[in-house]
Amino acid sequence: MIQIALQKELTAANGVMHLDIDIHIQQGTLTTLYGNSGAGKTSILRMIAGLLQPDEGQIIINKKTWFDTKKGICLTPQQRKIGLVFQDYALFPNMTVKENLLYALEKGQDREIISQLMQIIELKDLQHQKPNKLSGGQKQRIALARALVRKPEILMLDEPLSALDIKMRAKLQDYILKVHQQFNLTTLLISHDIAEVIKMSDTVLNIKHGKIIQQGKPIDVFTTKQVSGKFQFSGEIVEIKKEDIIYIVTVLIGSNFVKVVAEETEVQTMKIGDKVIVASKAFNPLLQKIK
Amino acid sequence: MIDWQPLLLTFKLALTTTFLLILISIPLSYWLAHTKSRIKPLLETLISMPLVLPPTVLGFYMLVVFGPSTTLGAWLNDYLGLRLIFSFKGLVIASIIYSLPFMVHPIQAGFANLPTTLTEASYVLGKSKITTIFNVLLPNIKPSILTGIVLAFAHTIGEFGVVLMIGGNIPGKTKVASIAIYDEVEALNYVAANWYSLILFIITFSILLLVYLINGGYLKKFWK
Repeated sequence: MIQIALQKELTAANGVMHLDIDIHIQQGTLTTLYGNSGAGKTSILRMIAGLLQPDEGQIIINKKTWFDTKKGICLTPQQRKIGLVFQDYALFPNMTVKENLLYALEKGQDREIISQLMQIIELKDLQHQKPNKLSGGQKQRIALARALVRKPEILMLDEPLSALDIKMRAKLQDYILKVHQQFNLTTLLISHDIAEVIKMSDTVLNIKHGKIIQQGKPIDVFTTKQVSGKFQFSGEIVEIKKEDIIYIVTVLIGSNFVKVVAEETEVQTMKIGDKVIVASKAFNPLLQKIK
Repeated sequence: MIDWQPLLLTFKLALTTTFLLILISIPLSYWLAHTKSRIKPLLETLISMPLVLPPTVLGFYMLVVFGPSTTLGAWLNDYLGLRLIFSFKGLVIASIIYSLPFMVHPIQAGFANLPTTLTEASYVLGKSKITTIFNVLLPNIKPSILTGIVLAFAHTIGEFGVVLMIGGNIPGKTKVASIAIYDEVEALNYVAANWYSLILFIITFSILLLVYLINGGYLKKFWK
């Protein structure tokens, strides 16, 4: 069980923001922090890691207190057992892939974990390369493997996949899920991709201006109560075009475009870039296998 | 032929100065790159002063402060046996101050340009500050360190004003090559002056060329 209560004044782009959150996370689950940039998600991860000091609060991980303002406890980042994957990967450019992993070993720790991780993440062929020569997806896998060497009590990923293309993303989501299950990890993920959140997480916390405004199962959080369709996808509006008296709205769902007819009154509430749900309940969709 | 002693003395001075500067500059640059202290601008100004100040000003004040007639100079002489005027030790100290910006600036810029996530990643992996500095930060600013070393070395070779003021012109002790050139010219001995000058020119040219070749990656294909 992980209990995290944090309060901090943050200076954001548009003035001061008061971050105030209280989270309980079950051991072995994958929780996503969802929200716009500047909502305070990264700050939350940094406070858990000990890289940013909260004004008040407590962090209790599996009955061990890492931080408590009332008791005056504050462990250094080194003393907290954390796996953190940075947005920019933060691989050490002077070390090869294997050396990056070896660096993470604790004194006296068995080296076996390194080859085990390289196997899972399929890095064997790259082990003597320097990170600068590798692709984004490969760097991400190394960063993930390196974060797992210490067998962390909590794995945290800060928008790990935002810089990758859709195909690579899907592959890496599978890697993350694989290690999450295989190492029985408690994982905290930052993402603002709804499809990713739904695919990956057990629980999602919707964060806005430093507060949790919604939490629960992803599918419940992201679908409004009015829709109970059997057939629904979330996507982003990329184009709104007027044709005679109706409007054609083009929605990007994953890597596919869908054109949907809409009326003027509906279109007035929408703009390009809005997240929407494309749903229908009037017919039964057919499933057909494609190659 | 020429007397080699001034040239040897020049390189002895440059090597000693550079070595001591490395030890001083790395912690100093690290501190400057990371501190939020209020005295940072003041310290940065002091370090950069030798860039703009005539070297004779520095030499003059050192002469005044460390001279045996002042309290500090007398104390250093009586209790530590340190005579900083007209001695090699004095030259080394003057050279360190004089070349400090040439070593500190590139290393400080190197530290400042490294992403902070590298340090944070190392801390989160359980590594101490010292381990992080030696295994992550320093290896990743090698070009900056090399630039600092070479600039400080070459700059020390090129010293004249400070050395003349504080070192005097004692053969074998403080008479370095740049002063020897001046001496030979004064004695209208242009051949010897030309030899000293030519040797200094070739050596400093080669050193600087080597740095640009290394930092520009032109030599990589030869040692991989």
